[in-house]
Amino acid sequence: MWGILRQRGIDGGGLSLRRTRSASVSARSYAAGSKEMTVRDALNSAIDEEMSADPKVFVMGEEVGQYQGAYKITKGLLEKYGPERVYDTPITEAGFTGIGVGAAYAGLKPVVEFMTFNFSMQAIDHIINSAAKSNYMSAGQINVPIVFRGPNGAAAGVGAQHSQCYAAWYASVPGLKVLAPYSAEDARGLLKAAIRDPDPVVFLENELLYGESFPISEEALDSSFCLPIGKAKIERQGKDVTIVTFSKMVGFALKAAEKLAEEGISAEVINLRSIRPLDRATINASVRKTSRLVTVEEGFPQHGVCAEICASVVEESFSYLDAPVERIAGADVPMPYAANLERLALPQVEDIVRAAKRACYRSK
Amino acid sequence: MALSRLTSRSNGISRPLSTAFGRFISTDTTPITIETSLPFTAHLCDPPSRSVESSTQELLDFFRTMALMRRMEIAADSLYKAKLIRGFCHLYDGQEAVAIGMEAVITKKDAIITAYRDHCIFLGRGGSLYEVFAELMGRQDGCSKGKGGSMHFYKKDSSFYGGHGIVGAQVPLGCGIAFAQKYVKEEAVTFAMYGDGAANQGQLFEALNISALWDLPSILVCENNHYGMGTAEWRAAKSPSYYKRGDYVPGLKVDGMDAFAVKQACKFAKEHALKNGPIILEMDTYRYHGHSMSDPGSTYRTRDEISGVRQERDPIERIKKLVLSHDLATEKELKDMEKEIRKEVDDAIAKAKDCSMPEPSELFTNVYVKGFGTKSFGADRKEVKAALP
Repeated sequence: MWGILRQRGIDGGGLSLRRTRSASVSARSYAAGSKEMTVRDALNSAIDEEMSADPKVFVMGEEVGQYQGAYKITKGLLEKYGPERVYDTPITEAGFTGIGVGAAYAGLKPVVEFMTFNFSMQAIDHIINSAAKSNYMSAGQINVPIVFRGPNGAAAGVGAQHSQCYAAWYASVPGLKVLAPYSAEDARGLLKAAIRDPDPVVFLENELLYGESFPISEEALDSSFCLPIGKAKIERQGKDVTIVTFSKMVGFALKAAEKLAEEGISAEVINLRSIRPLDRATINASVRKTSRLVTVEEGFPQHGVCAEICASVVEESFSYLDAPVERIAGADVPMPYAANLERLALPQVEDIVRAAKRACYRSK
Repeated sequence: MALSRLTSRSNGISRPLSTAFGRFISTDTTPITIETSLPFTAHLCDPPSRSVESSTQELLDFFRTMALMRRMEIAADSLYKAKLIRGFCHLYDGQEAVAIGMEAVITKKDAIITAYRDHCIFLGRGGSLYEVFAELMGRQDGCSKGKGGSMHFYKKDSSFYGGHGIVGAQVPLGCGIAFAQKYVKEEAVTFAMYGDGAANQGQLFEALNISALWDLPSILVCENNHYGMGTAEWRAAKSPSYYKRGDYVPGLKVDGMDAFAVKQACKFAKEHALKNGPIILEMDTYRYHGHSMSDPGSTYRTRDEISGVRQERDPIERIKKLVLSHDLATEKELKDMEKEIRKEVDDAIAKAKDCSMPEPSELFTNVYVKGFGTKSFGADRKEVKAALP
């Protein structure tokens, strides 16, 4: 299957100490007796552990407490930590997000949940103007150690107002960090890193991944486990074409890689994990190896994450490219409700396969 | 902004298939006066009288239409569980009196805008069962051609402006429609409906402030069903007296389970709004279902509470008792009417199931009114593209 590349944890400036791990590639992802964990449980355990470790961490959002979380991500936290650490808010994103940012100004560490990131648009002024820019405007006096988390992108049949992907919007803003986990290990490691991080982090989950189970290592289950922010993960090694993506599309890309392997094309699949900072080094190193690039995202194509990756590769690795860069993205229309139209509006595995073959100058 | 042109004004509910109960009493408009069960509570205004003018026709109409709405929502529940309806589905059963009472005193030039619990409002505005079920199942004959879904029903020709998924957004929008009505001197009003959960949204107060400053004919209707998803009103609002929350804007608290109280309040509100600007109506109502089909509705309220309301305050039972006490129909006749309604709903569902899904080309329609031939793309931009007309 795909190799798991465990990377040495190297900190960017000023982050707290991380455990370093030796780099190793294992041929199989399953060790004998290895555990599995759903993304939901991974997120829940990450928040739980960080709340336990630091009393300044608290959770805020709609239905996060008594209801146990709209998607059960915060299940059990109110019972365990009490109403002084878990706050049910009214349905007033602008208000409670502003309050969360203010609490972060004063040194607390809020984890603010948006029931979906579509609702974050009600609060976007606070995310951008109050959180992202404060450290800069105050020349370092006011940092904002806040995490904004929740499901992002399309679910199933939820229509135009509930299906947008906000990765490109938030990742274009200096001062924000934007993370997008795929697996349970990603979810745990990245959320723990986000909560510990002194800067505002937008943490983009995916509703359809919550129930998915992934193998998880003993190391990842440890309460000190953390993944570095700004480092992508090579989910599958390959030599013919590089497929770069994030979140749910990583699963699709891996399936596409399987199909491509059957036709003799060896695809390298990169799981971004971090949209901002973007791991340009890993992406470019891979493209310099394969000479071909396919980027995939669920969001709208124009000015998207894929557009930035393509620009980066064309700028830094132009002479290595043997084919035009490829973008597979959501359709350039509001999300339709009807099932057949919704399917057409989102990337499918066959779209990724087709683009990869085009990049390899192979006919359909 | 072009407003819809209506060829007829009607005070009642326009129902394409309303001839069914012609057998019983067809056009008897004998006036009846009904007393509301509870008095109105007023804020900064004098409450209207508890005596509501009605007629035998209207009483039967109320029963029939509410029973139709109830049956439609219950059927939608089954369709959702059968996975024929996907995504979100927010049901209105229990709240029918609000939709019905409002329609009884307004015209199709008066506008209504609401949130996502919109199926019955759409029906009240003249939409058909077939359009409802086709839309819910994502078929091309749906009221939004299958592209909107449960939360996005619209009927522009009846001044029904949707159907909105983001909590609270519909209120400033409704005030904007009222702005347009005043701008063109239409002598019409807008009912902007929202729930107790949305009542705390800042944008509501911003829109209310402007409406009051500019004397807009906005009527804010808070359908207080006491729960914002899983959060009870006392946990979300410091002051759950929603009819008073307008501060300088007058308000009325209404028994939202009493269709006649709703009717009287809406009549009062329309007269007020046309002369004096915004007013808030708080409808004390209840939803039997959870927030949506993904919410059981029983983790944050007791089953006793739900069945208690059903027994004591069900809006259809109340009308039924009035029909019987006024000798307008017998128990059996009402049961037969309900059977007919069931069949009507089942027929609409069967027809909707047979309707085809939208054509793939519909993916690219209605992005713009005027697209200038802009290129738009599918997931694979080299495979699927279109020029927007």
